[in-house]
Amino acid sequence: MRCDFADSLLQGYFDGELSAPSAAEFERHLQHCVHCPVELVDLDLLRERLQLAQLYEVAPASLQKRIQAGLRPVAPTTAMSQPSLWHWLAAVAALLLLVIAGWRANPMLRTDDYQTELAEEIVDAHVHSLQPGHLTTISSNDEQAVKGWFKGRLTFTPPALDFANDGFALQGGRLDVVEDRSVAVLVYARTGHLINVFIWPTRERDTSPRLGSRQGYQWIDWRKGKIEFCAVSDAPTPDLQQLHQLFTN
Amino acid sequence: MNDLDAEDRLRFEQLVLPHVDAAFNLARWLLHRREDAEEVAQEALLRACCFFRGFHGGDARAWLLQIVRNTCYSWLEKNRPRELMVEFDEELHPQPVATPESIAIADEDRERLSRALKTLPPRFREVLVLRELEGCSYKEIAAITSIPIGTVMSSLSRARRQLYSLLTNSYQKEAAREV
Repeated sequence: MRCDFADSLLQGYFDGELSAPSAAEFERHLQHCVHCPVELVDLDLLRERLQLAQLYEVAPASLQKRIQAGLRPVAPTTAMSQPSLWHWLAAVAALLLLVIAGWRANPMLRTDDYQTELAEEIVDAHVHSLQPGHLTTISSNDEQAVKGWFKGRLTFTPPALDFANDGFALQGGRLDVVEDRSVAVLVYARTGHLINVFIWPTRERDTSPRLGSRQGYQWIDWRKGKIEFCAVSDAPTPDLQQLHQLFTN
Repeated sequence: MNDLDAEDRLRFEQLVLPHVDAAFNLARWLLHRREDAEEVAQEALLRACCFFRGFHGGDARAWLLQIVRNTCYSWLEKNRPRELMVEFDEELHPQPVATPESIAIADEDRERLSRALKTLPPRFREVLVLRELEGCSYKEIAAITSIPIGTVMSSLSRARRQLYSLLTNSYQKEAAREV
């Protein structure tokens, strides 16, 4: 037996893909439906089984090698059989270019890697927060109440601002852990989307916003006044940029 | 694969190559045979390399998997068109009445799951593989398969139901044989 009313909601709920209001609605439904709780258990067993069976097939090393080899420039064999000054010069010039490219690309690489890891962690934390009951520990749109709640729980006090007039309604806050340290999180609702703003102290100087996306979520990160902010959501990027403006003005 | 300049090639190596496993895994589940999956995954990577200048950031895994999926479907159309027509027959696989009391987690179960997954029509199989094995969000699955999010959700629902019913059926059959 199955419950038709809840079928699509059930999948979304199980996959943690429902918006907070829909998830709440579904949880109300769960309390008096006889089919859905059973089905949730079945879905969970099925997932567990798929995971235990380790069905993921990684690419064989030979394929990795072939692809890598395809990317490398073809070695100039003719040049080696008939070496001339020009060929050697060309080779040296090419090597020099590679060295310069590597030197230029490397510092960027490291920041990119760091950004990628940070974004990964923050997106994971965002997704986790969307599970029922994880979003806010203090649910309030009262700036003073939210600010007061953070006091004493952290070594710094995050700015708890409500931008309801601009379409970003403060829902509350919670503590979360990013890169092994406690961070403040403010939660905003924006026309059907939830936005988590992660806030922690930094020693770095102010930066202009950096944007990215991961697993279908957008993030924007900036530093201002020795505080780093990272907002993440499935809301479109311009919304996040607007929120950044509101925070920095 | 050499039409990218050094800088693009470096970006390609950083952004796309980490997802070769994902590419192979999807191809493997869509095409079944390892040799075919290797061939098609390699072709897809080659295509990705050609199209790479058109990739302006974003989710590189979803971007690559979309190409892998399209390459797999083109390959199936050419080599095994009948597989694309298979629809799941609810009559052949009726809803079970009982649920198994225990769940085996041995190699045997892996084999059973693998067989059941392969029985599903490709469109259902791919959403399950993307969701359960690759851990993609609905939004990513929608982007990879070019279907609306609502359809992702209903396909997943049907795919899971069918898989579940296949598994309980095979379990019941084996249980009956043991008795």
